[in-house]
Amino acid sequence: MSTEEELQSNVSVASSSPTSNCISRSTVGGLKEHNYLGLSDCSSSVGSSTLSGLADDDKATISLKATELTLGLPGSQSPARDTDLNLMTPVKLDEKPFFPLLPSKDEICSSSQKNNASGNKRGFSDTMDQFAEAKSSVYTEKNWMFPEVAATQSVTKKDVPQSTPKGHSSTTNNSSSPPAAKAQIVGWPPVRSYRKNTLATTCKNSDEVDGRPGAGALFVKVSMDGAPYLRKVDLRSYTNYGELSSALEKMFTTFTLGQCGSNGAAGKDMLSETKLKDLLNGKDYVLTYEDKDGDWMLVGDVPWEMFIDVCKKLKIMKGCDAIGLAAAPRAVEKSKMRA
Amino acid sequence: MNYFPDEVIEHVFDFVTSHKDRNAISLVCKSWYKIERYSRQRVFIGNCYATNPERLLRRFPCLKSLTLKGKPHFADFNLVPHEWGGFVQPWIEALARSRVGLEELRLKRMVVTDESLELLSRSFVNFKSLVLVSCEGFTTDGLASIAANCRHLRDLDLQENEIEDHRGQWLSCFPDTCTTLVTLNFACLEGETNLVALERLVARSPNLKSLKLNRAVPLDALARLMACAPQIVDLGVGSYENDPDSESYLKLKAAIKKCTSLRSLSGFLEAAPHCLSAFHPICHNLTSLNLSYAAEIHGSHLIKLIQHCKKLQRLWILDSIGDKGLEVVASTCKELQELRVFPSDLLGGGNTAVTEEGLVAISAGCPKLHSILYFCQQMTNAALVTVAKNCPNFIRFRLCILEPNKPDHVTSQPLDEGFGAIVKACKSLRRLSLSGLLTDQVFLYIGMYANQLEMLSIAFAGDTDKGMLYVLNGCKKMKKLEIRDSPFGDTALLADVSKYETMRSLWMSSCEVTLSGCKRLAEKAPWLNVEIINESDNNRMEQNGHEGRQKVDKLYLYRTVVGTRMDAPPFVWIL
Repeated sequence: MSTEEELQSNVSVASSSPTSNCISRSTVGGLKEHNYLGLSDCSSSVGSSTLSGLADDDKATISLKATELTLGLPGSQSPARDTDLNLMTPVKLDEKPFFPLLPSKDEICSSSQKNNASGNKRGFSDTMDQFAEAKSSVYTEKNWMFPEVAATQSVTKKDVPQSTPKGHSSTTNNSSSPPAAKAQIVGWPPVRSYRKNTLATTCKNSDEVDGRPGAGALFVKVSMDGAPYLRKVDLRSYTNYGELSSALEKMFTTFTLGQCGSNGAAGKDMLSETKLKDLLNGKDYVLTYEDKDGDWMLVGDVPWEMFIDVCKKLKIMKGCDAIGLAAAPRAVEKSKMRA
Repeated sequence: MNYFPDEVIEHVFDFVTSHKDRNAISLVCKSWYKIERYSRQRVFIGNCYATNPERLLRRFPCLKSLTLKGKPHFADFNLVPHEWGGFVQPWIEALARSRVGLEELRLKRMVVTDESLELLSRSFVNFKSLVLVSCEGFTTDGLASIAANCRHLRDLDLQENEIEDHRGQWLSCFPDTCTTLVTLNFACLEGETNLVALERLVARSPNLKSLKLNRAVPLDALARLMACAPQIVDLGVGSYENDPDSESYLKLKAAIKKCTSLRSLSGFLEAAPHCLSAFHPICHNLTSLNLSYAAEIHGSHLIKLIQHCKKLQRLWILDSIGDKGLEVVASTCKELQELRVFPSDLLGGGNTAVTEEGLVAISAGCPKLHSILYFCQQMTNAALVTVAKNCPNFIRFRLCILEPNKPDHVTSQPLDEGFGAIVKACKSLRRLSLSGLLTDQVFLYIGMYANQLEMLSIAFAGDTDKGMLYVLNGCKKMKKLEIRDSPFGDTALLADVSKYETMRSLWMSSCEVTLSGCKRLAEKAPWLNVEIINESDNNRMEQNGHEGRQKVDKLYLYRTVVGTRMDAPPFVWIL
């Protein structure tokens, strides 16, 4: 498990223990999927993220408070945890690794399928949430042939359990619902981010807005070391760290793939994957955020709701750069002060 | 006219203020060109990369007011990366070096830094007016320099900017000798405000006409502010939460009654709706009401407020008003000219929204309506036909059906006929935004009838290149064309290259345009900047064997007299 050790050395959490405890599930493609502990199986690894991940077996000894030292990200898989920490959204078993930055094989396949469907256009389809494949393919596909479109539209709508009556927006305020098809089209509806953010802050500050808690968007900038430009994400469109990480993965994958000269077409995937492995061998990224006080913290140590409350900016740093960020103790301190 | 001495001609030109007219005048003859350029004081540059500061100053050495726009419109919706460009710094540097007597600077969608603001504040003795709309890149430190150094500052108008709030004391940087303020708008600042400094500033500004506060100004401070500025014409309320029986509220009511000049009201970011009645006494004077950020005001409180506003000409509102609320507007606001209905719930909560019925009601009740921006859930061709009949005077018609590709919800037909009716009836239409299910047919109508159309926004519409061709061939006055997610490709792009010389810009994203098409265009039209913004590394496109057929994510092209810009970031490829 040499890769694991490599990863562990980059994790700057106090009580990490070198462990081989990672819960992994096989996927259809034969790859092992991993949970938020961030320790990926080296056989499938094409680079993994490091986060403040700790071993599963320590979880039992941790107290119930959500802001205590948590093992892995909130929402990571653990039987004991799920019952105790009701703040956490139960995570699907086949959840993808937090931030490998390189898609696993089947993500490459699925994204290339999407690409083919959308005529090799990478841009906006990448920002679509993976759960929304069914719905999203309808919208990314250029439905130039009208009558078919009308038909496809209605069919898809029926299939989607939670089709939003009010147009094309995603997300749910009830985080307990299963990841229903939510498709997000970048820049639609055409409303300025300033307006979205302002309305969101208003809704957040008010006690009740017709019983809709926390409606509105919350855009924060996401930058990545080495990426040509930064992006914005709407934190409110995700209900847990898993969704955020998948979305970021998609958004920033294009930069790393780009370095390899891959065009994402199905035929070249095999080649690029090995190239990528080589490229990213030894590279790892962590997700960090700047909070209200201007401090940079590692993402994942506080409950999701608290996180979106304090997060001002996101940054995907190289693991080596992030070593100085002692996440857990500080995060706990801060959250205690705020509580 | 040429028998008059130049001074007389110049005096005549002074009465010509519109940019279009001045531009036309300057084309009449050399002598007029010369007179006009020396007398032009206000210059408008719709695309900051179409020219450069040196050329500006060479032609208009006496300029006093400059308006600059930077990023393309779709940057508002996150479609343009932040680092794309639109920096104001080189402009300010050049203006400062030339010692031109700049008095006013108006910027939209540009990147402004604290350094730029500091330089601005120090370089122009008579600087009076700063208006920033949808800009970013600066902090309250930059505002502090403006406050401290601009001795004759009249207007500081910050509209919807992204400003990093350092919670400093920028308001107290206005010297005690500063008494010239007419406009102070800091509604977009998120942080704490020094209320004492603010009150003192307002108290010593007898000419203050427009005051827009941010969220951090509570109701008791508002009461005091209004009491010392009863001459106020345009008020933006920040936080409006209070207990209706409290002393502050009573003071506020008294102060409001004295504000007989108040004509425009906005804000209410945090609002206790039952306190709105304090404003009822002055509502009959209001000509402009912007409640589009007032998420907490709806239902009966909203209706009651509107029912008092009989003279309203401009209304910006959230769709929580509902069709019924719009019917009240239609029966009350007979003078209404501009209406904007924004979506209140962007996350699909399925709340009350507006439909085609609200739009029809407004069109029937408000004969003077000429500008509309309407976000709704559904629309029908019949409704649009009715609207066209009721309101043939539209100048701006922007309809956004929230779900892309949604057809007429009654007939399941595309909305071609509806929009066709609009462009046919509204002969003065200058701006149009389309949505819903649309085929090439709608573009045929637009090309045929929309003779005055200057700006067209297309999303998820059309079938073939013919659609775009109809528009390019038909709309002689087209200036800005922006298209996203529509099947227009190289054939349409390349059909008439000279057309782009008559336009300010063209934006196409997620369309069928390929890299080779763009390259061919760039070759044919060296006076265009053809910019490719790619999500992924541009090198990828080069190395890719299928380069020619590679689709372009985002294409932005614009005419320019100064060639390729030097400040483009690496992900922008200028062909």
